[in-house]
Amino acid sequence: MSKPFLSIERLTQQFPDGQGGTLTVFENATFGIEKGEFVCILGHSGCGKSTIMNILAGLAEPTSGVVKMDGYEVSGPSLDRGVVFQNYSLLPWLSALKNVTFGVHARYPDWSKTKVIEHAKTYLSMVGLEGDVVHRKPSQLSGGMRQRVSIARAFANHPKLLLLDEPFGALDALTRGTIQDELLKIWGGTEQTVFMITHDIDEAILLADRILLMSNGPHAQVAEAVEITIPRPRNRTEIVEHPNYYAIRNHLVQFLGKRSKELSGKAADKEDMSPEPVRIDKTGPSESDAESEPRLRAVND
Amino acid sequence: MPSVTLSLNQRAALLSIVMLVVGLLIWEAAIPAQTLATELTEYERLMGLGQERAGVPPPSDVLAKAWEQLSDPFYDAGPNDKGIGIQIGYSIYRVLTGYILAALVAIPLGFLIGMSPIAYKALNPFIQVLRPISPLAWMPLALFIIQDSEASAIFVIFICSIWPMLINTAFGVAGVRTDWVNVARTHELGSLKTAFMVILPAAAPTIITGMRISIGIAWLVIVAAEMLVGGTGIGYYVWNEWNNLDLTSVIFSILMIGVVGMLLDSAFAFLQRAVAYAE
Repeated sequence: MSKPFLSIERLTQQFPDGQGGTLTVFENATFGIEKGEFVCILGHSGCGKSTIMNILAGLAEPTSGVVKMDGYEVSGPSLDRGVVFQNYSLLPWLSALKNVTFGVHARYPDWSKTKVIEHAKTYLSMVGLEGDVVHRKPSQLSGGMRQRVSIARAFANHPKLLLLDEPFGALDALTRGTIQDELLKIWGGTEQTVFMITHDIDEAILLADRILLMSNGPHAQVAEAVEITIPRPRNRTEIVEHPNYYAIRNHLVQFLGKRSKELSGKAADKEDMSPEPVRIDKTGPSESDAESEPRLRAVND
Repeated sequence: MPSVTLSLNQRAALLSIVMLVVGLLIWEAAIPAQTLATELTEYERLMGLGQERAGVPPPSDVLAKAWEQLSDPFYDAGPNDKGIGIQIGYSIYRVLTGYILAALVAIPLGFLIGMSPIAYKALNPFIQVLRPISPLAWMPLALFIIQDSEASAIFVIFICSIWPMLINTAFGVAGVRTDWVNVARTHELGSLKTAFMVILPAAAPTIITGMRISIGIAWLVIVAAEMLVGGTGIGYYVWNEWNNLDLTSVIFSILMIGVVGMLLDSAFAFLQRAVAYAE
């Protein structure tokens, strides 16, 4: 069996619970991400999504388990893994442009100053920031613009893996939509591997190739991997028309609303904790039976 | 009649001038005129009553003195008769020497304390005990150990300006947001680069605030220190003129101390604005 580009193997995170015991946030999380794949992870607060993200970024150490990228074990932060934080994490004393050149310069220390600036400007214009606006400080930019700068900084560095930690969590719905479109556009041109945390089901369906579903913590698990069987390029107004859209959406809502609770708290009872792959496709004729089933149970491939 | 509208600043400036003029007039009027010597009997003159009596001078005298001193600030006519510019120059030299030495110790040490919780805990008791000591209390010890009054004055400035810089640097560095440090980490910046490119600019407003407090304290302390060690400097000048009973010069030098202190403070206020950032 060939290993995927990024493989997360039996990742477990425990914290002291303050009463002398330990609290297992998640255990034996095992999954893989292929090169060029866009994967979203969905789950309730407290299931350890952000911890998984921090471990992938190298900012935190798991209690046990390993993360391998390109066959090498990940340890510590690296320019190969770019991160877009929820709160933008722009350096407030630098202009938007300087925030991007900061990253580019760290990635390509040999480049000339003009080349670094050109490169940064290219990526800023990809997210719709051009002209004088790039010379403004983050405090003079709206929340949406700040997150655009943050996305430009991450993409400009050409990381092998891009980690997005609820990048649109703090934005209003309209801005969120625009930036999601921009993210799709910039991602489409790069074949970048992306791992993204989100709370928003529609956002996940719009962006992802696969959605990982986590059960509630403690003892959270990556329970299912739902394939998004909607062809690209996707468009927010058109995907809702697709026959698979509501089928997938209902499945996700069902999981987060009900089954994530049922699965929670159970200690791992099997060796291999890989998520159960789920494929919902209503375009093919053979799947017509599933439609009659109200709960839209997972259909294994 | 044309209505004149003045901005808030202009009106405030006008009010300041009015208050100054009124204050000076009241002061001028409150000083009793000296009795002229010719109206006295010879006996009274022999008893010294005709001498100019030392009293608080009227502001006109102070202004005349200021004009005389400021038109030739750098004359040097012996150890006890130097221009105000030379005296202030000595004081500024001492303040800056002690202050820069303090900054060279306090800022790197503050970085260390701010970045390492163990260094903070280990050094905190010493800082807490040493900080409240009046800087002049160090003077006898400094004079005995250093055996040089000039260097002792500089040491006193050093010891008084070190604490606000040390504490503010440590506080500013410890308070740098984890997100910004994480940005440095995910960009694989080394510790030196992280310190200069992320932590220093992030903590700069707090550090400069500490430096501003320090320079204010140093300027307060130098006057007292120079009164003790003597020789030169604006503090010595004040004390010397008091010994001469020349209150006009005393008042003039007090004003000069205020003006120089204000200039030092505004230099740091400017620096503070330059490194400020909004989150």
